[in-house]
Amino acid sequence: MASTRFRPDRGLSFRMGLTLVLLLLLYLVLAGVVWWIFGGDAGGTGAAVIAFVLPLGLLWGQWYFSDRLALAGMRAREVTPEEAPQLHAMVDRLCALADMPKPRVAVADTDLPNAFATGRSPDRAVVAVTTGLGRRLTDAELEAVLSHELSHVAHRDVTVMTVASSVGVLAGLLMRSALWSSMGGRGRDQNTGLILLVATLVGIVVYAVSFLLTRVLSRYRELAADRAGAILTGQPAHLMSALTKISGDMARIPERDLRAAEPYNAFFIYPAFTDKVDFASLFASHPPLEKRLEQLARLSRELGQPG
Amino acid sequence: MGLFDSLLGRSKPKRPQLDALFVLPTAALTLETAAGFTPTGIGSVCYREAEGAPFEQIQAQLEQLLAGASPERVRDSYGWTWLVLRREPSDVAGLVTELHAVNSTLELEGFGPALLCSLIGFADASGRRLALVYLYKRGTFYPFAPVPGAEQKRDNALELQIRAVVGGDLPIEPDVSRWFPVWGAPGLDAPPALPSG
Repeated sequence: MASTRFRPDRGLSFRMGLTLVLLLLLYLVLAGVVWWIFGGDAGGTGAAVIAFVLPLGLLWGQWYFSDRLALAGMRAREVTPEEAPQLHAMVDRLCALADMPKPRVAVADTDLPNAFATGRSPDRAVVAVTTGLGRRLTDAELEAVLSHELSHVAHRDVTVMTVASSVGVLAGLLMRSALWSSMGGRGRDQNTGLILLVATLVGIVVYAVSFLLTRVLSRYRELAADRAGAILTGQPAHLMSALTKISGDMARIPERDLRAAEPYNAFFIYPAFTDKVDFASLFASHPPLEKRLEQLARLSRELGQPG
Repeated sequence: MGLFDSLLGRSKPKRPQLDALFVLPTAALTLETAAGFTPTGIGSVCYREAEGAPFEQIQAQLEQLLAGASPERVRDSYGWTWLVLRREPSDVAGLVTELHAVNSTLELEGFGPALLCSLIGFADASGRRLALVYLYKRGTFYPFAPVPGAEQKRDNALELQIRAVVGGDLPIEPDVSRWFPVWGAPGLDAPPALPSG
């Protein structure tokens, strides 16, 4: 008996698993270096633990209050079923289809077409859309975007990304504290100087690599949410058209800003941004549109194949 | 969803539970004797229509298969499809068998995750309408009673009363936040016009 029409995407799972393993390795390298520096010295270890607990506490707070922080940052307001019956009904049905608890629903009053999901657990999650999104998309497209956001909630992306980024935060801390110590310690022996130099270098390398890895992970998780959302509604085509519309509108917005900057164009011999090297895609938090559309088109074809 | 699936961002589509529907005829009897609600003979299956030709073909097959129950396909204002079946009001068992034929066909063809809910309609002598909603993904039921004539209002007192009446016969959804309103479901009152946008 076929339980679903969709073939599992083992490639995506494998790449995401590999990224996570690499992040874990990086974490171990970092812990090893810290232990190597402070290992013999009880007082030093205590200081290091305190120094690490503070930023981790901040990160924890960012995760714990992620719903409130994101809502405040986007100036989004929670809405009741009476205020937004259509939106609530869409979320109700999608949640019943996916068998997940219903998140709170919020609306941000801005023309920017966008949507986001946040909250530390599926029980505390919030899904928010902007009014600009509702104006531009059809109901079916809006529902496709909502199912993408609900998939983020189901995959616990806020938690996973917070834990993933903690490696980078710790590495940055190691780098800076080693740098400060090496600048302050004039009277120490050569050995200490060498250790601090190594710690700084390791901190820099780990920080850079973990930054790239978390961005890679973020892109994979966007693809996973696209996939799960399209499978949930059974209509990849609506998500495709929604993404195309949003990206088209998003691309037009900087253009307006550029026109405002036109008086300064005389100073540019050649607009730097037109000659985009693919380097930027290394740092992007979202995969390129073509890649997302390609994946959704594959799902759409799977739905078109006979039994 | 397990830890591993969370880490890899793999949510598996939830499969429906189909067999709990067969306890409905008993509950219908209880409803009639204890609350005065009789079946209207109208039942429906709500699902999400997938894109692509295979799903279209399955829907056409279903309508042929159930020709005896005068099936009618309705698209509601939220974009969901309701396959409405009609039987003699006394024949709840027959209606349930046909609802089961719809959902087991969809499950067999790989579209089980697209099933949302099933409704069986009831009415009392004073014209109040009531539906027992079956949630496929939870395997539970809940009562849904729109206030006649009012715009998107539920008769919560009646719903709670019905929960008490049929609670012994049916697995009732314990989480009340999942008793979502199925406004505009066919077989209940005509849906009020939705505000556009």
